[in-house]
Amino acid sequence: MSAAATQVGAVAQRSVRRTVRQPAAIVFPLVFPILLLLVNTGGLNASTELPGFPTDSFLAFALAVPFIQGALFATMNAGTDLARDIQTGFLNRLSLTPVRGSALLVGTLTGIVVMGVAQAIFYLVVGIVFGVEFAAGPAGVVVLLVFSAIVCLGFGALGSFLALRTGSGEAVQSFFPVFFVFLFISSMNTPRDLIAVDWFRFLASINPVSYLLECVRSLIIDGWDWKALGLGFGVAIVICVVSIALAAWALTKRMERT
Amino acid sequence: MRDEHGIQAEGLARDFKGGIRAVDGIDLAVAPGEIYGFLGPNGAGKSTTVHMLTTLLPPTAGTARVAGFDVAREGAQVRAAIGAALQEAALDPLLSGREHLRLQTALHGMPKAQRRRRSEELLERVGLTQAADRKVKTYSGGMKRRLDLALALVHEPSILFLDEPTTGLDPQSRAALWDEVGRLRRDDGVTIFLTTQYLEEADALADRVGIIDHGRIVAEGTPGELKEEIGRASVHAVPSLVDQRERVADVLERFGELLPVVREEEVAVRLTDGVSLADVVRGLDADGVSVDEIELRAPTLDDVFLAKTGRSLEGAEEPSPEEPEPEEPIRAVVQR
Repeated sequence: MSAAATQVGAVAQRSVRRTVRQPAAIVFPLVFPILLLLVNTGGLNASTELPGFPTDSFLAFALAVPFIQGALFATMNAGTDLARDIQTGFLNRLSLTPVRGSALLVGTLTGIVVMGVAQAIFYLVVGIVFGVEFAAGPAGVVVLLVFSAIVCLGFGALGSFLALRTGSGEAVQSFFPVFFVFLFISSMNTPRDLIAVDWFRFLASINPVSYLLECVRSLIIDGWDWKALGLGFGVAIVICVVSIALAAWALTKRMERT
Repeated sequence: MRDEHGIQAEGLARDFKGGIRAVDGIDLAVAPGEIYGFLGPNGAGKSTTVHMLTTLLPPTAGTARVAGFDVAREGAQVRAAIGAALQEAALDPLLSGREHLRLQTALHGMPKAQRRRRSEELLERVGLTQAADRKVKTYSGGMKRRLDLALALVHEPSILFLDEPTTGLDPQSRAALWDEVGRLRRDDGVTIFLTTQYLEEADALADRVGIIDHGRIVAEGTPGELKEEIGRASVHAVPSLVDQRERVADVLERFGELLPVVREEEVAVRLTDGVSLADVVRGLDADGVSVDEIELRAPTLDDVFLAKTGRSLEGAEEPSPEEPEPEEPIRAVVQR
């Protein structure tokens, strides 16, 4: 194994260990989205009777939400952990080793992706246990997990960027409500074409989170909707590229040594 | 690994936002295999100096060479030659001691077998083998400092920077760390740059001491030389009656110059050449002033600090930008 691969592996291993050893970092991303899913399903089940609603199971419709919420939690966890490393001087310790900034970032994000995929499997299992039929079949499950990994990677990099720029876990956490606003003004609870209020439909249409949700939803409800998949993957990849570039730049600044 | 170059700095300076100069053009020369004690109160510029010498912070002015490499232009080579345990052991509370060492050895690019061997060696060396698999959050302050030291030694550096390594430690842990520092120099020939705000630490460990205040080195030499510079002993007396403090001071002033004191009730005087404790006692007796305590003290490094700065090292700390503001990341040009 090359030195760079060893470094990436070691940092990723630490990232996963840290998360696994913080019960709050596991329990909230798993439980909170599922609770919200069950509450929404109970309260909004009648929505399925709207003409044009794509399914008669609101649970199947709303199951896409935990995947994105889980990724948002990954953002917070990644950012908070990195900010703690900055505050405690741990990043300085790493800066004194020959580790490259790129290896540090890739390692950290690898750990986040591993946890994100584990979360996605959990949401999927919960959905199946509650009777959701996965329209895209086993191949769709693989695509969904790949998509979840990309979304976690993008959001995780965004959290890392915030941590590197602010150096404060509190500052990173203060962005959490902002991300949640994006979730709530999306097509989270209603298909976009059924949103009656014009301004809300407009906001949901320009909100990238809507396309992430619709990508997951298409795999669960419709099977292979290439347009939804293309838009979802496209948005996720753009978020990834932009946020990784920002995080890499911020890390270079933060770790600048002589 | 034995060091052959040591540390040299000329006119080293560092400014922070707002034009605050934390380190103000210091000159340093640390010989290979030497333990250099960098003594000063909080905010004097010790940690900023360490950050510059360890390549974590670029100097604003001046030059420095560590292990023969320029800190501004040959950062990677400097980092390969040095180990550092910076202020406040920077450890991950959720990892065990062994996991810390495995991570550090991996980041230094060691092969798997070597990582395992080196980790075990260092755990043994710092006496943490039994606690190796416990999470660091369960460690005592002394254990954290020992682990911090072990992490700094992973790649067998020839120069070691220890930034206030014993701050907050109990006397037993402090003594254990002193032993290890001494052993590193004696057995491995490691050059050690140690910052401290403890006089006794500098006195006990350092071959030479640099005293820094407000970013400037105000005195430098062996502890013996520095104390010799002060030369004269001091007498410290506590009056039997509080209202006799002035009278005691009047008597003592006849035998030398009065010194600032830490205890309010105490009076101290630096004796003039040729004056003895007996002379002072006779003087007090002749004036009919009684004292509860009277003590002759040989010069200490605190006296040196006092003589050079007009303040005692104890309580001399003041706020100063030891580190850049959080929004201003440590920056320099990366040459990897």
